[in-house]
Amino acid sequence: MATTLQDAAAPTGKPRRRGGRRFSTRDKVVLGLMMGVPALIHIAFVWFPAIASVALSFARWNGVGGLGTIKWVGFDNYHQITTNYPSFWPAVHHNLFWLGALLIVGTPLGLFLAILLDKEMKGSRLYQSAIYLPVVLSLALVGFIWQLIYSPDQGLINNVFHTDVDWLGDPSVNIWAIIVAALWKHVGYIMVLYLAGLKAVDTSLREAASMDGATEVQTFRSVVFPSLRPINIVVLVVTVIEALRAFDIVYIINKGRNGLELLSVLITDNIIGEASRIGFGSAIAVILLVISLAFIVPYLTVVFGKEFKS
Amino acid sequence: MPRRSPSTPRWMSPSPREVGFPIERRTLLKGIAGVGAAAAVPGLAACGGSSKSSGSASTGGGASAAAGSAAPAGSAASGGGGGAASGTISFGSNGSDPVPKAAYQALFDAFQAKNSGATVKVNTVDHNTFQEQINSYLQGKPEDVFTWFAGYRMRFFAAQGLVGDISDVWQKIGSQYTDAFKQASTGDDGKQYFVPMYNYPWGVFYFKSVWQKNGWEVPKTWDDFKALLPKIKAKGMSPIGFADKDGWPVMGWFDIINMRVNGYQYHVDLMAHKNTWDDPKTKDVFSHWAELLPYTESNPLGRTWQEAAQNLGGGKSAMYLLGSFVGQQYKGAQLDDLDFFPFPEINSQYGQDSIDAPIDGVMMAKKPKNEAGAKALLEFFGSPEGIEAYLKTDSNDVAANKQASTANYNALQKKSQEIIASTKNIAQFMDRDTRPDFASTVMIPSLQDFIKNPKDIDGLTKKIESQAKSIFTG
Repeated sequence: MATTLQDAAAPTGKPRRRGGRRFSTRDKVVLGLMMGVPALIHIAFVWFPAIASVALSFARWNGVGGLGTIKWVGFDNYHQITTNYPSFWPAVHHNLFWLGALLIVGTPLGLFLAILLDKEMKGSRLYQSAIYLPVVLSLALVGFIWQLIYSPDQGLINNVFHTDVDWLGDPSVNIWAIIVAALWKHVGYIMVLYLAGLKAVDTSLREAASMDGATEVQTFRSVVFPSLRPINIVVLVVTVIEALRAFDIVYIINKGRNGLELLSVLITDNIIGEASRIGFGSAIAVILLVISLAFIVPYLTVVFGKEFKS
Repeated sequence: MPRRSPSTPRWMSPSPREVGFPIERRTLLKGIAGVGAAAAVPGLAACGGSSKSSGSASTGGGASAAAGSAAPAGSAASGGGGGAASGTISFGSNGSDPVPKAAYQALFDAFQAKNSGATVKVNTVDHNTFQEQINSYLQGKPEDVFTWFAGYRMRFFAAQGLVGDISDVWQKIGSQYTDAFKQASTGDDGKQYFVPMYNYPWGVFYFKSVWQKNGWEVPKTWDDFKALLPKIKAKGMSPIGFADKDGWPVMGWFDIINMRVNGYQYHVDLMAHKNTWDDPKTKDVFSHWAELLPYTESNPLGRTWQEAAQNLGGGKSAMYLLGSFVGQQYKGAQLDDLDFFPFPEINSQYGQDSIDAPIDGVMMAKKPKNEAGAKALLEFFGSPEGIEAYLKTDSNDVAANKQASTANYNALQKKSQEIIASTKNIAQFMDRDTRPDFASTVMIPSLQDFIKNPKDIDGLTKKIESQAKSIFTG
């Protein structure tokens, strides 16, 4: 995670030295290796698959036999996906809905819990552990736990409250139910991030604010929250990543169908399953990549822009 | 042949006892084992491909399986099982549930007792994971012998040259199978690639005592069936158990209604996309099905088949269409009370002449590490002795081998065998009958849509057809 320089940091008077230092051959070799090996690994495992996916998205291929069996079809996959694949648009909507829910509900809730726990009340350690506990569980496991709660016939809710809601099978309900499960895990994560940020806020700032007669709310709004800015950026990035890579929980619940379609599931359904529509699945992956880039590029611009300025 | 060419797989096999859906023998919690990585079940974590076969396949370590294996004609009691095999034979199994797992082990124990020089090294993978990864599995390092399904799903991989030809094994075991089973094991090129182990019928399951108590008669015709449903509903039960959380179980409904309305041949041709989904005849299937939906259990899309089976056992529903593996959900007296009937007649032209009765079996890798051993093992799978050892532990299915003893069959197995033997056309389950990329990515969501909204049959069939076109003409 990139850290941004805070305004409070001491201004550096000295201009940066530019390319003054000389390196011995050994230094160059060592540096070359230190830079080169990770770069190669990165290219091999990140860039190559990504670019290959983009290439394959213009093909029809079932992954059997050599590369000679690939049939190039141009933009046909994209055309099929957007016009002749009923699961696609719901999946896009669900992904965005997921993102929205994590941002609008998850983040404030996590912040709120962090503030409460920051108050050092009695037993705050216990609460902290309890809220953080779901975070260490894998989402797949979270899926199982919540199935026991939501299952229409044998689940906790329907049996305790004698309701007859199909929490998992009704497509207008299940996405909400699953979002609750996802938030249950996500909120703890956000809380911990904010808690770390709050602990780092200089107490003298708070003292100064209370000396000036600021109320709790005012203190938080004008003093504490602004100093949490770096944390906010981290939280934003984490949330976007979490929302776009959401997969395991819906896959456990019902293979990501019937109201729980997500792009990640459509990709695996088409590529990894017996279907093996490599080209078609790659095209969906490229679409997901483009959506991710829409969030990543502005973020990087902001972060690097700051670094260059400082 | 590559998948692209508008290949016409030979669908016309007389009555391929084709196969149904991979049984998802998972209950909610058991599934944990299968989450994430292809969880090789602890204790059996033999990673494939590392078998140290003593003696390569070609030169055969020890006596080759081919030697001294005069196929025993008849005499089921001491069936074949090949000659003495030796070395390590690796086996990739999708039997991840306790019952099939123990059943396979029983079979291997029997095999090893006969071939003291051979060890079978089993690698068990969660059932669904195994299916989902079959493509990469076959192109990676598959075990020498592995579990799979007959019919289109087998031919599809055989046609792509991903599995081993075992025609010579069939020379020895062929006499013990009916022609239909041989057809179901034969690839497009006329060679055999598959050894059938067992199959199991799909029928409408119910508890005899419940029906007797209420005076309900097993319906023979569509009209009887429809007349019965309101009677059951009046008793406060769901007439028809219904579950489709996993997407595949209701394929059985489409299959059987299609075969009842339009006949077996129409169904098989539709699965091969020689008939269209927006054909009025196909729409007719959906309209028949829609008439039943008001009498099915509510909330089907949130329910697993196991839960529906438990509802049937708990008296919440009166009947349930599923494969005979539903019996795994009951024990003791309740299991004895379980019975089933073939789906009622809809069109008198076809009567009740077709059912889904999927065949499960085994295949050989393209380049097995221990070919002689693999073939000996396959031969044992194809012997009465082998399948009897298996069915002793897993008694929800019936042996494919016609010489296997039926002495130990329970009532349900006897009935299954009777129904399979007396039914003219044994079809597959949808997802073994058609292209995997069509079944899973198009049909599952489409059938779920139909259950949610049975009114818009025209719109639905149009959508299915346009997707089918793009997939089948690829």
